[in-house]
Amino acid sequence: MTKSREEFTKGILKNNPIFVLMLGLCPALATTTNVKNAFAMGLAASAVLICSNFIISMLRGLIPKAVRIPCFIVVIASFVTIADMVLKGFFWEQSKALSIFVPLIVVNCIILGRAEAFASKNGVFKSVLDGVGTGLGFTLALLLIATIREVLGSGTFLGYPIWLDSSGQTVYVPMTALVLSPGAFLVIGLLLALFRFVGHKRRQVNLHEGTPE
Amino acid sequence: MSVELIVQIAILNLFVQNFVVARFLGLCPFIGQSDDKSKAIGMGIAVTFVMTMASFVTYLVYVYVLVPNSAFLTAIPFLRPIADDGLVEVLRTASYILVIASLVQFVEMFLRRYVPALYRAMGIYLALITTNCAVMGGALLNTSGDTPSEIGLVGAVLQGFFAGLGFTMVMLLMAGIRERLRHLNLPRCMQGAPIAFLCTGLMSLAFLGFAGMAG
Repeated sequence: MTKSREEFTKGILKNNPIFVLMLGLCPALATTTNVKNAFAMGLAASAVLICSNFIISMLRGLIPKAVRIPCFIVVIASFVTIADMVLKGFFWEQSKALSIFVPLIVVNCIILGRAEAFASKNGVFKSVLDGVGTGLGFTLALLLIATIREVLGSGTFLGYPIWLDSSGQTVYVPMTALVLSPGAFLVIGLLLALFRFVGHKRRQVNLHEGTPE
Repeated sequence: MSVELIVQIAILNLFVQNFVVARFLGLCPFIGQSDDKSKAIGMGIAVTFVMTMASFVTYLVYVYVLVPNSAFLTAIPFLRPIADDGLVEVLRTASYILVIASLVQFVEMFLRRYVPALYRAMGIYLALITTNCAVMGGALLNTSGDTPSEIGLVGAVLQGFFAGLGFTMVMLLMAGIRERLRHLNLPRCMQGAPIAFLCTGLMSLAFLGFAGMAG
C-alpha cells in the first residue's frame, strides 16, 4: 500500500511536471491568465492523462515496441478529441477561452512522457494512480500560477474583486503586465527559482542530518 | 496574392504574434535548445522547414477531407451520409498529428538519403519536432478561429514559413543572451531555466511594442 501511495504522491511535489520536470510549459503559460481557465485546462489534461494511462497500460502487452509511439499518439488523440467535444458541448465559454490549447493537449510532453516512461511498463492500477497524481500536480501548478497572475494582475479571484476597503471600493491598481505575456514568463521564472531554492535547502538539511535521499 | 498581404502576414507572424513570446507555442525546444547558437540555428531551420511543409499538407487535408461536403467525402459513396456534417470536429486533432508525425519521419528519411549535409545539420532536431506544439499549433491556427481559413493555400504556407522564421529569430536572440549569461555569477537556483524565463519575459515586453502594427 505504501508503494501505491508513493506512485500517487510523487507527481505532486517531487516530480511535479511543471516546476521540476519542466514539461508541458506551453499551456502552463498560455491558459493561466485567470484561475477559471487554468482549472479547466488542468482538468482536461488530467482526464486525458488518466484515460490514456489506463488504456495504454492495458494494451502494453499487445503493442509492438517498434511502433509504440504512433500507437500512443493515436490513443491520446482520441481522448483529446473526446475532451475537446465535451468542453465544447457543456462548457462553451471555457472552450472558447482555451481555444487551440485543448487540441494541443495531444502534443503535451507530460502525457506522452508518462505513457512511455510509466504506463507502458506498469500495471493498470498503478498507471491510473500515476496518472491521477501527475494530473493533480499539473493542475495544482497551473492553479498556483493562475492565482498569482489573476490576483496581482487583475485584482480579482475567480472573477470577484478582492482588494476592497471597508466601504466596498477597490483599492488596488492592477499590474496589467502580469496578465499579458511578459507576466507569464516572469511569474514562472520566479516560481521555478523558488522551487529550486527550496529543493537545494532541503537537500542540504538532509545531508546535514545524515539522511541522504 | 498581393505583396501587401504577404508583408502583412510576415510582420504579423514575425513580430506582432510571434509564436514564442506572444502565443506561448514551442516553449520546450525554446528553453531546452537555446543555450548555444549552433543548436539554436539547427533547431530553428528544422522547425521552419517542417512548419512550412506541415502547413501545406494540413491545409490540404482540411480543405479536401475534413470540411463538410469536401471532395473526399462526396467522392466515396458510403461516406456520403456524413458529408453534410464533415469531419472537422471528430478527426481534426488525430489526423493532423498523424500527418505531422509521418511527414517528419518522411523528411528525415528523404534527407538522410539525398541531402546528407542538411541531415547532419538538423537530423537530431527533426526527431524532436513531432511533439513540438509550434508545428501543431500553426496547423490548427491556419484552419480555425483566430485566422480565417479563407487565406488560401499560399497564405497558409506563408504563415507557416514566417511563423517558423519568427521562432528561429527569437531562438537566436535567446541563444545570444544565454551565451553572455554564462559569464554571470548567478545564485544557484537562478541558473539555467529560471533566468532564461525572466529574460524571455523582458523580451516579450519589448515585443508587446509591436502590437497594433499589423491589424
